[in-house]
Amino acid sequence: MSEDLRKIIVDGEEVEAPAHYTLLQACELGGAEIPRFCYHERLSIAGNCRMCLVEWVGAPKPVASCAQSVRDLRPDRDGSPPKINTRSEYVKKAREGVMEFLLINHPLDCPICDQGGECDLQDQALFYGRSYTRFDENKRAVEDKYMGALVKTEMTRCIQCTRCVRFISEIAGVEELGLVNRGEDAAITTFLEASLTSELSGNVIDLCPVGALTSKPYAFNARPWELESTESIDVMDALGSNIRVDARGPEVLRILPRVNEEINEEWISDKTRFVWDGLRRQRLDKPYIRREGRLQPASWGEALELAADKLRGAPERVAALAGDLCDAESMKALMDLMRSLGVQNMDCRPPGSALGEGPRESWLFNTTLYGLEDADAVLLVGTNPRIEAPVLNTRLRKAWLEHDAKIAVIGQPDELTYPYAYLGGGAQILADIASGAHAFAQMLKDAKRPAIILGEGAVTRPDGAAVLKLAADIAAMAGMMIAPSEDLPEGWNGFNLLHSAAARVGGLDLGFLPGEGGMDAQSVLSAAANGGLDAVYLLGVDEYELDALRDTFVIYQGHHGDRGAQIADVILPGAAYTEKDAIYVNTEGRVQSARRAVAPKGQAREDWAIIRALSERCGRTLPFDDLAALRAKLMTEHPTFGAVDYAPGGASAGALDLSGFGAAGELDGAALQSRLTGFYFTNPIARASTTMAEASAASGAASGALAAAE
Amino acid sequence: MLADKDRIFTNLYGDHDPGLDAAKKRGAWNGTKDFIDLGQDWIIDQIKASGLRGRGGAGFPTGLKWSFMPKDVGERPHYLVVNADESEPGTCKDRDMMRHDPHLLIEGCLVASFAMRAHACYIYIRGEYVDERIALERAIKEAYDAKLIGKNNVHGWDFDLYVHHGAGAYICGEETALLESLEGKKGQPRMKPPFPANAGLYGCPTTVNNVESIAVGPTILRRGAEWFAGIGRQGNTGTKVFCISGHVNAPCNVEEAMSIPLRTLLEEHCGGVRGGWDNLKAVIPGGSSVPCIPADACEDVLMDFDALKELKSGLGTAAVIVMDKSTDMIRAIARLSYFYKHESCGQCTPCREGAGWMWRVLDRMARGEAEPHEIDLLLEVSHQVEGHTICALGDAAAWPVQGLIRHFRHEIEERITQYRTKRPHVGGARVQTAAE
Repeated sequence: MSEDLRKIIVDGEEVEAPAHYTLLQACELGGAEIPRFCYHERLSIAGNCRMCLVEWVGAPKPVASCAQSVRDLRPDRDGSPPKINTRSEYVKKAREGVMEFLLINHPLDCPICDQGGECDLQDQALFYGRSYTRFDENKRAVEDKYMGALVKTEMTRCIQCTRCVRFISEIAGVEELGLVNRGEDAAITTFLEASLTSELSGNVIDLCPVGALTSKPYAFNARPWELESTESIDVMDALGSNIRVDARGPEVLRILPRVNEEINEEWISDKTRFVWDGLRRQRLDKPYIRREGRLQPASWGEALELAADKLRGAPERVAALAGDLCDAESMKALMDLMRSLGVQNMDCRPPGSALGEGPRESWLFNTTLYGLEDADAVLLVGTNPRIEAPVLNTRLRKAWLEHDAKIAVIGQPDELTYPYAYLGGGAQILADIASGAHAFAQMLKDAKRPAIILGEGAVTRPDGAAVLKLAADIAAMAGMMIAPSEDLPEGWNGFNLLHSAAARVGGLDLGFLPGEGGMDAQSVLSAAANGGLDAVYLLGVDEYELDALRDTFVIYQGHHGDRGAQIADVILPGAAYTEKDAIYVNTEGRVQSARRAVAPKGQAREDWAIIRALSERCGRTLPFDDLAALRAKLMTEHPTFGAVDYAPGGASAGALDLSGFGAAGELDGAALQSRLTGFYFTNPIARASTTMAEASAASGAASGALAAAE
Repeated sequence: MLADKDRIFTNLYGDHDPGLDAAKKRGAWNGTKDFIDLGQDWIIDQIKASGLRGRGGAGFPTGLKWSFMPKDVGERPHYLVVNADESEPGTCKDRDMMRHDPHLLIEGCLVASFAMRAHACYIYIRGEYVDERIALERAIKEAYDAKLIGKNNVHGWDFDLYVHHGAGAYICGEETALLESLEGKKGQPRMKPPFPANAGLYGCPTTVNNVESIAVGPTILRRGAEWFAGIGRQGNTGTKVFCISGHVNAPCNVEEAMSIPLRTLLEEHCGGVRGGWDNLKAVIPGGSSVPCIPADACEDVLMDFDALKELKSGLGTAAVIVMDKSTDMIRAIARLSYFYKHESCGQCTPCREGAGWMWRVLDRMARGEAEPHEIDLLLEVSHQVEGHTICALGDAAAWPVQGLIRHFRHEIEERITQYRTKRPHVGGARVQTAAE
């Protein structure tokens, strides 16, 4: 399909712009800068701020360039391409007029406004504002609205651009914001003045071009120019959203999204954005040793010596488990150390998980997040994307909004942000679909781009392998594997695993799994309960039922005093994700590196370095002295880690052997469900965060109030 | 002067029965089937030839507007929407048509819908028009019962007519805000393009017409385009219902020929200006949104689109608001300004912020509590609003102010001076007039 290009003349320069572009985009193609407040690439067009006015030579009035499509531009009377001026006196005057209107009722409180320094209105006022006011009347004051624990409001500053309203209703998919009243009394408000319940609500802070919506936890904390920004990767879910960590000195003060079209566009979830206060609380900042039943501070030497001593025991009575937030380097280091000690009992999966056998595609999100937008029939199995990966949920919503994708759910009938067919809870339905007996089977077959999304919960159960196999059968039945071709160069692989932990794919890719005759996580826990183990190494394991380890010697390496630390006998304090350079592999199999924004707390050290030091004490010194050497080893031995920022997607779809996915077996009667029960407390950092606690309470109260109102 | 035989709305004053039988006797529903048999193109050509210009205010040629609708009905149905949200201050013509001559409108809806290949038509009626809605619904029921409209009607064009009652917002008279409201959303104007003929009601091709534009259609077809085109001046043809209010001895609605001299209109039909022609101060000739014209310009101005445009005013809805010398022009315009401030939808910046600003300044000016330089400021603000908004409400808010300053600047200056004379503490002892 050749693109329909139209010639226009922007400020005297000829520009060829696609017909579907808005005039604003076309002008930017020509290098012009167009100021705007209401226009946003990812939201519907409102055209209400009038700041983007340009001159279309011959038109009676200035034109709002955001709302004018290139297609609708007529050629000049003499047949030459339409002429657009963006810098003429006429345009400047029009914009100055609009700017004056925006400012007459906007408070002059920039010195105490959190948006100061990164405010669109402030910036544009520099170019189009007057140095004095001609408005002698009283300014408007607007009552502040309650939007929950995360979004602080100062509605007098609002310029009614409605970006927040459009985001919440279009992207987040909950109709909880609106513009009420009219004329100069128009005001943004929440429905029934209750808290927003969206997991993406924090994005309205970024969208707000002025200081009307700001971050409540960050309020009055810092000025943007005081902050040092580090581009990094988020670990709150398995998407690996791209983030920017803003820190001042030793403290992370806020987290903002970075644009990555393939992963998070420019959204991040509230947990990603607001979890930073959890990085200050409940931290393990020095080594501890349990003496007389109580954890007592110890020196690094003592702690490492004790740990090494326990690890040197009989290898079949030692085990190592890796948790949800671990980086690839530390898992690699621990795995190598354990192997050199002869330990086979290793696992990076939650107890009972059936993943890790078969081809790599069996644990990846092969459709890719970006690709999911093209799906036209999606089967969700044992997953609630809204809480497991809110940003991915926006892609599903987009698929539904843009081309009416048919979505069906097997599992729990959760509240999602798009309509779906609820097929039931049991795994048996999967068998019915796989055999073609179920009505949805035809829907999948008829679809051009069918996809199935398995949650981690669906494969972390006794019949996990059987569920995995049935899912693969469905993928085969519905033709979800489309080899790359000329029409579809990326190919299409509709089989997807949606992980709930940032560490998982990295661990699976490494093979942090039971060795020859080794025990998996489930067996480790039951063996420990029966006194079958002498020592268990927990690398950031906090999410499992760990009571079984009470009588076993536990070495806990991690950064928060959470469940793992409670039962530990030795604590080796590590670094959180903002405190180390580390590699994470997201659910698509995309390798990304997080960067160190601040130093680890107190005596805590980067995790790979702890294991390196421990290896020395064990007499099995690991063959690397710095992170670069470790990474080189990692990438040599596990080539998938060499392809940074690459998601394999459907590249292998043509040749993929689906028979390696899972294994046939008895199906369990229990209903499938998400591995997570809530959004806010899914990891030790989030559990330490008071912001998350407040957000959870506010959102819960709002849901209750809304339900009562209905 | 329009002869009685040339009147379209023969029951404008409700002297006769508005019911179907009586309406038929007055000519309604006569020959409707014949027009439909002549086909869409014939109807549109006739309307074009008649020179009918939209009666809702903008004066866009109606036949041309109808011809913008796609020639073939695709996947999306076509709709006709009749704008009966008559809220322009001073305007009350549609009200009487719906009360007393509803069958002309219903017949017009059928004919226009047929011409535009629409099988459904919505009449969006103003929230305050309760009696009119009842009258209209009664007439629609009569038409349905007589199988004049509805499925399998006698005219052979399946056609359903619905009345939708608004909620009393002025902005919903703007055609795209009306469509939003009709769809159940907040009445805020849409951006154009796309124009309704392309994507209107529910995204389907739609034409929005004023009640009067639609109601005169069948009579034009019955009596011929030449008849209609023969009334009035070139480009301003036909008959028009004028609504005259204010300082005349007998305010009224009257159907008259286009291009009738204003003075004739006032003196023949309204008993003249209160206190005589010389007592006239100004006239707002087309509803509150058009600029006023001063008395000397009223002497020989013709009441049509082009003549009033030359005076930098407009025919608008032909709601003539007459003001005699007792009128405080500044207060009058300040009141209109308050109306626009109150009715601005708040969607786009210039109108939302500018309408309130203009009203506040005018309100002070009406008392004299203003600085002389604020007159120019006010004018500039009005120009900053005009033409910079999504819909025409911004223009409507700006024009009365511009009209005031254009013709009555001296009064504002006098008011400010007067206010200051006994208040030595107020800056500037005397105001410089424009002449100085």
